[in-house]
Amino acid sequence: MAHITLPDESLPGIVGLFNFRPETASSLRWLADTLLRGESPLTSGERELIAAYVSHLNDCTFCHMSHASAAMAHLSCDLDQIADIRNGFQEIPVTPKLRALLNIAAKVQKSGKEVSEEDVAAARAEGAIDREIHDTVLIAASFCMFNRYVDGLGTWAPQENEDYRAMGQRMAFKGYIPPVEQTVE
Amino acid sequence: MPHISLPEHLPGITGLLEYNKETAAPIRELTQFLLRGESTLTPGERELIATIVSHNNACKFCTAAHTAAADLLIGNTETCEIMKQDIDAAPVSDKMKALLKIAKQVQVLGKAVTKEAIAEAKNNGATDIEIHDTVLIAALFCLYNRYVDGMATIAPSNPEFYQGLGQRLVDNGYNRLANGYDHLKQQKQRS
Repeated sequence: MAHITLPDESLPGIVGLFNFRPETASSLRWLADTLLRGESPLTSGERELIAAYVSHLNDCTFCHMSHASAAMAHLSCDLDQIADIRNGFQEIPVTPKLRALLNIAAKVQKSGKEVSEEDVAAARAEGAIDREIHDTVLIAASFCMFNRYVDGLGTWAPQENEDYRAMGQRMAFKGYIPPVEQTVE
Repeated sequence: MPHISLPEHLPGITGLLEYNKETAAPIRELTQFLLRGESTLTPGERELIATIVSHNNACKFCTAAHTAAADLLIGNTETCEIMKQDIDAAPVSDKMKALLKIAKQVQVLGKAVTKEAIAEAKNNGATDIEIHDTVLIAALFCLYNRYVDGMATIAPSNPEFYQGLGQRLVDNGYNRLANGYDHLKQQKQRS
């Protein structure tokens, strides 16, 4: 049970919180959509991997599994490969540039101050540009917010990969902002 | 020096919010609602939550800016200073003490929030919405602090800068003003 009384306890993770507080849900959905599906030199698949990886480091099951599922949908990978995100990307094809950016994301997860000039130089050596470094830091920082929101209020999370298949497809291809007719209902 | 090139006259978060206005817009909207929107917590109380989290994340820029805003809204400088050392000793309500302790746990990790801390807040009269907003404000400042320090932005050392920024946050809140931060550019050119 969540730490606060949610109108619909059957809704997991952030979905239950969006339902509780629509006033903040709209900005949070808009932010997620802009970060993960808006304009960026990084693909949505790459950005979802950063989100899923940081959520794993923050031990947030719901965000990790749902964004991992979205990443798999973008990258046409099997859901079985989600475990590879937790194992440090040994199977999922990751470019040297993305690997260097994932290292920066992991530093941000600990603290902003952990990101060193060497970390940034290593990403630049693999071809990363300002905007990619910026987007990586902001996505990692944003998931340090989303993860704390979801777990700080004690929401529940489904446990199996399969539970996240449809959700990941929806996040990847329909996005984070619900269609207008849904909000009118 | 920041990790990416940012305008020299825009320190801390200001340069980042101008660097990418597409990502800044939802962050500004969320902050304006959480810190200045309708709430049973005063803007000063909500700035205290922003301050304790930024302080515990050791983010110099955010701590100084939100301390300045909280000081102005509360009308003294002691509250923030005592709170940073010892929440229980701060001259705030018991409900606020309990909410600040939850915020401090959120700073560590979402899962660090204990049932006991939640029960303590509820026993002191905190509503579900107040607990929700406290957790989300604390989480939001974990975003800001990492964004500001993760990009190695500049934190000015002169206290007047933060007085000015704090006053701006009190007067105008978190929405982007039409002229952005042009006044800082003019200050920089004059100095």
